[in-house]
Amino acid sequence: MSASIQSISLSGRKKQVSNKEMTFWERLYLIAIIKGLAITIKHFFRKKATIHYPEQTRAFSPVWRGRHMLKRDEQGRENCTACGLCALSCPAEAITMKAEERKPGEEHLYREEKYASIYEINMLRCIFCGLCEEACPKDAIYLTLSKELVPSMYEREDFIFGKDKLVMPLEMAMKNAQLKNAN
Amino acid sequence: MDSAFIIEKSVFIVIIFAITMVMAMYSTWAERKVAAFLQDRVGPNRAGWGGLLQPLADGMKLFAKEEFEPDTKNKFLFFVGPAVAMSTALMTSAVIPWGDRLEIFGRTVILQATDIDVSLLYIFGVVSVGVYGIMIGGWASNNKFSLMGAVRAASQMVSYEVAMGLSIIALVMMTGTLSLKEVSLQQQGMNWNVFYQPVGFLIFLICAFAETNRTPFDLAECESELIGGYHTEYSSMKMGFYLFAEYANMFISSTILAVLYFGGYNYPGMHWMVENVGVNAANIIGIGVLFIKICAFIFFYMWVRWTIPRFRYDQLMNLGWKILIPLSIINIIITGICILAFK
Repeated sequence: MSASIQSISLSGRKKQVSNKEMTFWERLYLIAIIKGLAITIKHFFRKKATIHYPEQTRAFSPVWRGRHMLKRDEQGRENCTACGLCALSCPAEAITMKAEERKPGEEHLYREEKYASIYEINMLRCIFCGLCEEACPKDAIYLTLSKELVPSMYEREDFIFGKDKLVMPLEMAMKNAQLKNAN
Repeated sequence: MDSAFIIEKSVFIVIIFAITMVMAMYSTWAERKVAAFLQDRVGPNRAGWGGLLQPLADGMKLFAKEEFEPDTKNKFLFFVGPAVAMSTALMTSAVIPWGDRLEIFGRTVILQATDIDVSLLYIFGVVSVGVYGIMIGGWASNNKFSLMGAVRAASQMVSYEVAMGLSIIALVMMTGTLSLKEVSLQQQGMNWNVFYQPVGFLIFLICAFAETNRTPFDLAECESELIGGYHTEYSSMKMGFYLFAEYANMFISSTILAVLYFGGYNYPGMHWMVENVGVNAANIIGIGVLFIKICAFIFFYMWVRWTIPRFRYDQLMNLGWKILIPLSIINIIITGICILAFK
């Protein structure tokens, strides 16, 4: 038997709408109201969907792009050479930097002979697209898996993150190097 | 009238006033909690345990807000509106029997501020004055939305007061008294009026929702159409007074519902308690029972708020004039026939 197109319901939830006159009991609304009350009270005892944010965090996706980090190499030297490709690739114009030449005696601080003396990301502009990470030829900037979000602050200036907040801590670089050597 | 009597009554009135205020305060907290739970959220939970200090924080915020007054000719009326709303909301609690009696220092303390024999009429009188608070405030705001809210509130009150009064007449025919104390005494044990007057109770309940301006009858302040209705122009604690008056009204109407139809402070075995345990213990449990009933009604108010959408204005009038009033008249006739047949 071939079904007509009107009677096909792929989801199984199809319902024919009718404009028939309501009966007396339907017009009283009382039954409908009691049904509605039953539905709402069911929700009263249901598990709540709320995530209590600072104490609990949402489960993030494995490809989550969190806060940025400027990397150091195994000897704890900054990778960034201030080429400016990240700033160029940034669609939100969030990144700015100032280049400086490496002085003799600073070889343990910076890997190349040019480095970023100022490196700033405006977290209000950043859209966490990860294009800076893709553009970087020196593996310097990364979007981490950190679940810590940018906190709320009162001043716009506070959202401009400088090198103090972006560069990987030295201990972390040392630890990474040790792990790598052990392997 | 001795001085001890005056002291007793003043203390009692202060306690009732405080309880009404605290109940109104925590109704705001309960409203937010219940709303949240019905919507699968958790509600305020940061200020104090379970958000219990939230009403204090809200009150402090309202006190600290800037007092804004619209440029209106009716400065005095603008000021009087919230005051009328608040005082009428509090006045009704004077005739409610909170319990039977307590025996303190050899005195018999009747748990009612005053037992006038027309307390039902008194409540109706005061409640209908309550709409003046909204009316005056909406008029004095000099704002068309406020005025529209106020006009809606007034017409709503007028239409539903009729049905409410008629539903009460059936109850009065049955109990033969207008005194709330008498009504309470007649409902000892589980002899509640709701079993004899289910239709009357239903009409009264619907009208109580309309009288307190609660959803589904909150046309006076429907946010989506009238901004805030009659309190659009109000700010700071004047606004707080209106909101507070609404919750106080809710508390009082829940109390009236509990006293008239659900046995007031009576509970099964109260007699036995009075004879075997003592008057005070029996009555303190009675007060507790009354408050449980009141809280259940307040919860019901909130539960309904998140279930039923707001009525349209013409639907509201249809329901009031074409359904509830004929229904309550039929209820009176049936009650009369039953009284003739069975008594």
